Amino acid sequence: MTAFPTIGRILGLSTLISLPSAVLAAGALEGEVARQPTNWTAIGMFAVFVVLTLFITKWAAGRTKSAADFYTAGGGITGFQNGLAIAGDYMSAASFLGISAAVMASGFDGLIYSIGFLVGWPILTFLMAERLRNLGKFTFADVAAFRFEQTPVRMFAAISTLVVVAFYLIAQMVGAGQLIKLLFGLEYWVAVVIVGALMMIYVLFGGMTATTWVQIIKACLLLGGASFMALMVMSAYGFSFERLFAESVRIKTDIATGAGQAPEEAATAGRSIMGPGNFVKDPISAISFGMALMFGTAGLPHILMRFFTVPSAKEARKSVMWATVWIGYFYMLTFIIGFGAITFVLTNPGFLEGGVLGAPLIGGNNMAAVHLANAVGGNVFLGFMSAVAFATILAVVAGLTLSGASAVSHDIYATVIRKGHADSAAELRVSRITVLALGVVAVLLGIAFEKQNIAFMVSLAFAVAASANFPVLFLSLLWGGMTTRGAVIGGFLGLISSVVLTVLSPSVWEATLGNEVGSAPFPYTSPALFSMTLAFLGIWLFSVTDKSRRSQIDKAGYVPQQIRSETGIGAAAASAH
Amino acid sequence: MLDPMLQRIASDPNYHELRTRRLRFGWLLTIAMMIVYYGFILLVAFGKQTLATPIGSGVMTWGIPLGFGVILFTIIVTAIYVMRANREYDDLTDRIKREALK
Repeated sequence: MTAFPTIGRILGLSTLISLPSAVLAAGALEGEVARQPTNWTAIGMFAVFVVLTLFITKWAAGRTKSAADFYTAGGGITGFQNGLAIAGDYMSAASFLGISAAVMASGFDGLIYSIGFLVGWPILTFLMAERLRNLGKFTFADVAAFRFEQTPVRMFAAISTLVVVAFYLIAQMVGAGQLIKLLFGLEYWVAVVIVGALMMIYVLFGGMTATTWVQIIKACLLLGGASFMALMVMSAYGFSFERLFAESVRIKTDIATGAGQAPEEAATAGRSIMGPGNFVKDPISAISFGMALMFGTAGLPHILMRFFTVPSAKEARKSVMWATVWIGYFYMLTFIIGFGAITFVLTNPGFLEGGVLGAPLIGGNNMAAVHLANAVGGNVFLGFMSAVAFATILAVVAGLTLSGASAVSHDIYATVIRKGHADSAAELRVSRITVLALGVVAVLLGIAFEKQNIAFMVSLAFAVAASANFPVLFLSLLWGGMTTRGAVIGGFLGLISSVVLTVLSPSVWEATLGNEVGSAPFPYTSPALFSMTLAFLGIWLFSVTDKSRRSQIDKAGYVPQQIRSETGIGAAAASAH
Repeated sequence: MLDPMLQRIASDPNYHELRTRRLRFGWLLTIAMMIVYYGFILLVAFGKQTLATPIGSGVMTWGIPLGFGVILFTIIVTAIYVMRANREYDDLTDRIKREALK
């Protein structure tokens, strides 16, 4: 393993610095974690999940013959199934453990964070979902490049997809390693290799069909487990929020008193969990971060790809409706679970370092939900929830890998290199080679980044999705005046500015690169407000000033594109391709 | 320029009705969602005290039902759009298709 830290050094990243904010940690499972004793119950339950999903993969492999089967499960998923799969694709282990930990630490602030992750879904529903379904075949680039010159727009979309997938994937791999070290007591690298290997098997052999079912099963297990925990917490307080909150405030006050605060201060600290705290540093950061989450959701390539797995616009709409229901319900549960962790975990010396009240949780604050599982359901339920957390990571990384592979094989290989003349078998072969390559790279990067501060990575993935993918996709659907030149220049402006501004922001400049606190050239939490604006302005400016011959074709293509996007006429033929 | 079938759809009043109705309703709900969400964020930024004010004599503050309210609003507007679209827009689309493919 000695080669890996060098990669970190070449990239100029310093060793782990724990961010003070629990809310940031919610993005990417952060912080030092101690290896726990090997948990055989958890490993046994996880083994059951693996065996079940491998059987599904075997069944799916038999049905994965063409490129369409591989990318879209043949387009035969129902809206309800797809809604669960989208929820399974979206609810990461980091958001389950991270948000419940954030709620335990600072109460209300955790709720602000989870609301941000939910509000992108209506936007996706109202303006994009059914049009996407009617225009697209395998990837969101099919839609973004529909009426434009294929090569430049596809290249942009593929690069942007790979950037989003890379950051999201690294965050998940590092999270997986940390989590499994914690939950199962396995070595970090063993955990990363297991995740990488299983993800490759699912995607390689089972394609979208296996990925979809892994996501559906994971969503059911996670929602079921989280519901049980929330139910146990609420039943302990006679299903009264007032009693749960009152008890939580009392406990937080006691902890503050125990830390030597004066009664007045302690009471304020206790009550602080019931209102906004330090989540919002300044209004610009708040708006900008909100925009990254809202519009990033509508630009995540692995989520957009799921809309091509359903047979019609109607099913596409049902998909987002169910996805929104499940994800919204899930975030309500994490809020209750976070408060449950205050009353059940923070008061139980058995879960605290050294058994002292007020001490950090054994294994770090991200263990809040895991210790709560133990508190309300005993060791067997603890094993169950640990296995669910592992399954959750697998479902997310499988979706990401499939989306990265499709960008390479469908957008770059089949469309740009072979100019649309690649046969289905060759395209499938390239997909599978890419899956292998992505799997190996993801494992290596996961190991290389073990001790790095990667809290910024999920927010960066959302910022890029909001600033590059979303503006191009959105305007290509709704603005007839857009041209190839506008799409490519504006898209790249959004992509580059969101990455550069993130590097210059405190979460990378100070927390990861180790520069002095307060020295970050870009002072805000998220670049989205600026980089999204730049992308929209860029697309507009370079489209309206575009007098090329190609711009005529681009604009003339809008009416036929619109007819197909609104009515679906011609769409069925395309997905049967 | 356009092929005859697309030409027929482009001049079909049903098609225009579908497009304007869907776009108007979609934007209306989008704007409502943005007002609710960014209103909430601005309240968090500028009205911390308001959100932290207890509702009654207990510990429950205005912030919590409001936060849960935003989550419920998100789910409800999505459901409203989908239910209306699945009833109304698909009927119109079918009519347009029948006309076009005659």
